[in-house]
This record gives sequence, C-alpha cells and structure tokens, in this order.
Amino acid sequence: MGAIQNKLEGPVSDELTLVRAAKGGDDSAFEELVRRYDRNVFRIAQHITQNREDAEDVVQEAFLKAYGNLAKFQEQSKFYTWLVRIAVNEALMKLRRRKPERTVSLDEDIKTEDDSLPREIADWTPNPEQQYSQAELREILSKTIQGLPPGFRTVFVLRDVEGLSTEETAAALELSVPAVKSRLLRARLQLRERLGRYFQKRESGDGDQ
Amino acid sequence: MKCSEFLTELTNYLDGVLDSNTKVELENHLSWCHNCYVVCDTTKKTIEIYRDSQLYELPEDLRGRLRSAIMTKCQQHKKRGPGSV
Repeated sequence: MGAIQNKLEGPVSDELTLVRAAKGGDDSAFEELVRRYDRNVFRIAQHITQNREDAEDVVQEAFLKAYGNLAKFQEQSKFYTWLVRIAVNEALMKLRRRKPERTVSLDEDIKTEDDSLPREIADWTPNPEQQYSQAELREILSKTIQGLPPGFRTVFVLRDVEGLSTEETAAALELSVPAVKSRLLRARLQLRERLGRYFQKRESGDGDQ
Repeated sequence: MKCSEFLTELTNYLDGVLDSNTKVELENHLSWCHNCYVVCDTTKKTIEIYRDSQLYELPEDLRGRLRSAIMTKCQQHKKRGPGSV
C-alpha cells in the first residue's frame, strides 16, 4: 500500500511572469491567471459554502480582490496559494452570512484525540465507486463532505482534492503545520467512516431471507 | 507499533513522508493487524475517490460568463483607481 500521489503539480514556471505582467497593467495576463485557476477556486468555494450561487460569487469576488491587491502581493508564496487564501476567506464569510447561528471558523476547537478514532472497521467492497452511477456517487460524496465541520473540509479539499502541500495549505489557511495535519487526519477518518455506510462489504448469507 | 501509534502516523504514511524506519514498523503492524489494514486501505480509497470524483466541476458556459464578469469588473476597478475593491 503506497502513498497517495497528488493530482496537481501546478504549472508554476511562468506563473510569476504572468503575475508581473498583470502587475504592470497587462489585463490579458491577469485573464490568463483567471483561466488557469478559476476551476480550482470554484471547487474550493463550493466545497466550503456547499452552495452553487455562493461559489459563483466567491470566484468573482476572489479574483476581483486579487486584481485590486496585486500590488501588495509580495511574491514570497505562489500566486495560487495567495489566491486560495483570499478565496477561502471569501467563502467563509459567505458561510457565516448564511448560517449566522453557527460559528464558522477554521480555529474550531479540536476535541480530544479519541473522538476520531475509528469505531467501525468494516471493510469495503473492492471497487465501491462502481456500485453507483456517476450522479449517485457525486450525491453521496457531496452529502458526506457536507457533514464535516468547515475547518475540516477546507483542509481536506486543499490537501487531498486540490493537491496543495501541507505547508501550502498551512500558509493559505494561516494555520500551523501540526494543525493542518491534525485536521487532515480527522477529516480523512471521518469521511472514511461516513462513506463506509455506502461502500461497506455486505456479508453474504447473513440470514436475510 | 500499537494501533494508536499507527493512527498517529497514518497521514504521514499516506502522504509518503514517513522516515524509512517508521515506515517499516508501520507496514509490519499492517501485516498482522487487520483492523488497521482496513482503516489504512479505506482511508486511502476515500482520498482517491474524492480526488477523482470531479465533484463541483465548473461548466464551460458558466466559466465563460464568470470570466467575462470578472474582467469587466476589473476594468471598472481600473477606471475608478486603486482602493476601490
């Protein structure tokens, strides 16, 4: 059983060239940056807000804010990491506005170490995703991740879906590396346990007649 | 290695950043502890399923509309001058 390979390596070689051109007033360079990252920003925003209209707003607001603040971008991190930080903040603001009764924060108190210890250890069928149609599977995945606290699902999405490194995720969310690792473990284990309800191996001959 | 120690190292293991000694210990643990093997395997599958799911893909028509709205707002911002975002 090997390590997970990240899907995104990220084309960063000419990112800085585009950023500098955009800073110099070249709007087509900025448009290229939009084209490069709009899908990622939309996905992150929808994962956090769980609402398509909000995600559309976040994409617009995040890029507009990046455009307006480009001069302040110090080039010490990747442009993408900086953009993700802006987008995550915009998305969390949307969530707070929509669910004011609930505290929405990335600094949610982490409970004791024991709360995410796996309770159900049933194995899954060999190719669980093939039991469902694409649409059903998306529905299951969407419903399942919605059940996680925003702080957990944000870390999971940045690390495991978007392929940011632990350090980049920490920088984008202004969290420490240990905090990212701790949230990531909990997010992964909680998702695993919840998905088990759909993907568990059914015992044959279990008495159902 | 105990089960609780396995769990502490699980994320580093799946991310491929464990030092070689701990990796050997962990894989040795997995070879006899079925529960931890299942947790490891299904956690890995969880990550892969989400990563490959194409959940929340941005449709091309919406993508075009959003990009053009963004660029229009950027032009307006430029005309108004800095500090207007």
